[in-house]
Amino acid sequence: MTLTAKDFRTDQEVRWCPGCGDYAILAAMQSFMPELGIERENTVFVSGIGCAARFPYYMNTYGMHSIHGRAPAIATGLATTRPDLSVWVVTGDGDALSIGGNHLIHALRRNVNVKILLFNNRIYGLTKGQYSPTSELGKVTKSTPMGSLDWPFNPLSLAIGAEATFVARAIDTDKAGMTAVLRAAAEHRGSAFVEIFQNCPIFNDDAFAFVRDDKDGANRIPLRDGEPITWGAGGEKALRQRSDGSIEVCDAAEDGVLVHDARHESAALAFALSRVTQDSLGGTPVGVFRDVERPVYDDLMAEQLATATAKRGEGDLAALLHSGETWDIG
Amino acid sequence: MAKPVEQLSQVIVRFAGDSGDGMQLTGSQFTSETALLGNDISTFPDFPAEIRAPAGSLPGVSGFQVHFADFDILTPGDAPNVLVAMNPAALKTNIKDLPKGGTLIVNSDAFNDRNLQKAGYAASPLEDGSLDEFQLHSVPLTSLTVGALKGIDGVTPREAERSKNMFALGLMSWLYGRSIDPTIEFLESKFAKRPEIAEANVKALQAGYAFGETTETFAVTYEVKPAKLEPGTYRNITGNQALSLGLVAAAKLAKLPLFLGAYPITPASAILEELAGYKNFGVRTFQAEDEIAAAGAAVGAAFGGSLGVTTSAGPGVVLKAETIGLAIMLELPLVICDIQRAGPATGMPTKPEQGDLLMVLFGRNSESPVPVVAARSPSDCFDAAIEACRLALKYRTPVYLLSDAYLANGSEPWLLPDVGTLPDISTRLATKPNDGDQFLPYLRDEQTLARPWAVPGTPGLEHRIGGLEKADRTGNVSYDPDNHDLMTRLRAQKVAGIAGDIPELEVDDPSGDARILVLGWGGTYGPIAAACRRVRQNGRAVAHAHLRHLNPFPRNTGEVLRRYDKVLVPEMNLGQLLKLVRAEFLVDAVGYNRVRGLPLRAAEVARAIEALADQ
Ligand SMILES: Cc1ncc(C[n+]2csc(CCOP(=O)(O)OP(=O)(O)O)c2C)c(N)n1
Ligand code: SF4
Ligand SMILES: [Mg+2]
Repeated sequence: MTLTAKDFRTDQEVRWCPGCGDYAILAAMQSFMPELGIERENTVFVSGIGCAARFPYYMNTYGMHSIHGRAPAIATGLATTRPDLSVWVVTGDGDALSIGGNHLIHALRRNVNVKILLFNNRIYGLTKGQYSPTSELGKVTKSTPMGSLDWPFNPLSLAIGAEATFVARAIDTDKAGMTAVLRAAAEHRGSAFVEIFQNCPIFNDDAFAFVRDDKDGANRIPLRDGEPITWGAGGEKALRQRSDGSIEVCDAAEDGVLVHDARHESAALAFALSRVTQDSLGGTPVGVFRDVERPVYDDLMAEQLATATAKRGEGDLAALLHSGETWDIG
Repeated sequence: MAKPVEQLSQVIVRFAGDSGDGMQLTGSQFTSETALLGNDISTFPDFPAEIRAPAGSLPGVSGFQVHFADFDILTPGDAPNVLVAMNPAALKTNIKDLPKGGTLIVNSDAFNDRNLQKAGYAASPLEDGSLDEFQLHSVPLTSLTVGALKGIDGVTPREAERSKNMFALGLMSWLYGRSIDPTIEFLESKFAKRPEIAEANVKALQAGYAFGETTETFAVTYEVKPAKLEPGTYRNITGNQALSLGLVAAAKLAKLPLFLGAYPITPASAILEELAGYKNFGVRTFQAEDEIAAAGAAVGAAFGGSLGVTTSAGPGVVLKAETIGLAIMLELPLVICDIQRAGPATGMPTKPEQGDLLMVLFGRNSESPVPVVAARSPSDCFDAAIEACRLALKYRTPVYLLSDAYLANGSEPWLLPDVGTLPDISTRLATKPNDGDQFLPYLRDEQTLARPWAVPGTPGLEHRIGGLEKADRTGNVSYDPDNHDLMTRLRAQKVAGIAGDIPELEVDDPSGDARILVLGWGGTYGPIAAACRRVRQNGRAVAHAHLRHLNPFPRNTGEVLRRYDKVLVPEMNLGQLLKLVRAEFLVDAVGYNRVRGLPLRAAEVARAIEALADQ
């Protein structure tokens, strides 16, 4: 039986605010899932807490809506014991980067086979509008009436610094772009980190207007592996790497236009690209920044179990209890 | 010429020295030699948390006490009969425990000005007559060892000196007629890669043994006959080893893979390390980034159909509270092992306490009942672990398993169980819809009130669970007031119902005349049982009941408590079980409470029993 998007809908009423970017992401995910060819029972969505974290209730797969920030840890236990499953984590900017920051970086460095989708709305949605670890310096919110004092995280730079093997960015309303990124993430063995720009019309409307409403492509910088990085309404702008590794904007016709290489051994290129932002260079890269192979935690663990069993035979309980120095009393 | 042999019924030896003196190894090897003679044994290592406190200092003293006897014993003993002190600091910190007339063996070489000063002695106690009330044997252990090792190639003078603990062990082995062969075998395998070090240690051991035979300071040797223990095969085991084996056994008995999430912490780390060696049993160990992740990963593994376990001590367990609340809501099996240590905060990491009882019962938000099982002795950690897993799996609930630093590191002979007699704790995973063609994840088993465990990968049973309140039966998110009231009561009833599935509280009262009951729980079993024996030997009747289950209590607990005129509750805390029994059963029980970071002493508990009886 081939599945359709409808098969992935649940009977639960979706309870995000009207116009919330989460709807678009859910729809994109439901229409993408059948393409994966994985049975519904073999897919699991695990989330933490937040508006974004309600996601699993709406996916007709196995799912767990857990506690704030801990989804990567819970998913690690699941993925490590069940390599046969396709495990997805859905998290928010507060969930992943504030309370759960520690679990996120460790899941990434271990390269556990989980796909982590961070719905970044640069605000705490569920708790009604306090600033988040991705809110810009000086942001005025309910908890920062005179402006936030926190310098924000760049989620992609953080993930690359945490040794992530797959790092990408998508935009809630860009269904085609998001689907391509999800496809690449699903194909990647190991942990995949995807930041999805998500609009929260209630508490942080238009935080990403520069790319969401970017009809003529003036601000989106599409990353295509093996192709020169150019953008602009007529493709006139390009990125170029300076000798110190940093990136500058140049004319697409100039020499030395950077050719994207997501599989580059060094993380330096991906990191430099992650520093290209609307604020810094007037453009925002979207797509797959980095996609490299590294041994996967779950596989390594399974291998150790297999090696130990091959060497010592399958564990025998009676022999185990009787190991060490024993003596008999008659 | 062989020296005369004197018969003893029991002996308590304490080895004490600097952390770098190898006292733990010395003590455990003496224990192995003793076990093979068929004595009953109980050991208690007592060491500082610092890996290498400054050499010769008082906080750097490490001790290992071995109690062995020709009858079944219950504790490592209140006070030693024999103290081996390797330096002045060890003498200073331990001499107050040695009764008058006790045997004292000191390494006289270590009593130099510097070491005396570090230990706070103005004059050498070996010379000022202050040790006259003991049978003092001043032995130059260091120089004798160095002398014996002259001429072994590749052994530095420093390495030679470090073998003095083996000299001391050789001497003690001679004194109590233990064979040193098992230790020789042990040394040869431990130092297989450095044969010269093996040789040095073996030579030192043999020299110590020979020294006993020839020296005039020891006129007699002692013999302790084998104890009459239940027939069978035994091994010496610590609580942490037994707990680890219990978890492996439980997973086998449940036919589920074992997953352990843990973050290193004293005194629980040994369980993580032990289980990491059982990969051929399908055991997965995950050293997490913190205790929260350790518990979370265990919940994730449980969702996927593993036996999920997380181990820690107080400071780590407190971090797991929110995750345990999640497991209560998810109604998934999870075992949380708390190897209690003295607190609060970092407290005294290597020292035991029973201070976490109220935390594990109540240290979570809202109405969040968790069954609690406590081990009573090192070897009992095996059975307690299986029991905790049984309850978790059968009732789909997190279960606390309590041990402590004393049980964790202490050891005793363990009569190995016949694997065939261990309980079948296998549990059924859901495989098909349970309500027509629908699957209701919160439709309960009528008897246990447990919900079905449907693991990912099972077609047709896809469902979502989470920390938001669940609607009865469907498990959908629900804010309905009456549903929350119902679910809160169902979760409580499910745990309370376990009382019907655990043994009644047994009372040990040989004469049947007791009017006073001593109620204990967990790791105080040995001292309390030994205290009751003493009281009875003094001609009085006393009853002892010991709780394995702290939540729910055995169904006859109230009835047992009310049978007696007086109830004494000894604990290594300020009265936590006491509060519970007073609140739950309206019994005017009295506490006996000590929080010294040491096991209770049988003698003090006996005095407390007699004092209460006299009131
Ligand atoms: C332990 C804990 N602390 C605080 C909260 C309250 N809380 C719920 S969601 C949230 C922030 C969520 O922000 P984000 O992750 O950005 O998700 P969003 O709602 O924006 O999708 C907070 C602080 C909680 N549920 N649990
Ligand atoms: S508060 Fe914002 S993020 Fe949350 S559901 Fe509403 S629109 Fe979406
Ligand atoms: Mg947010």
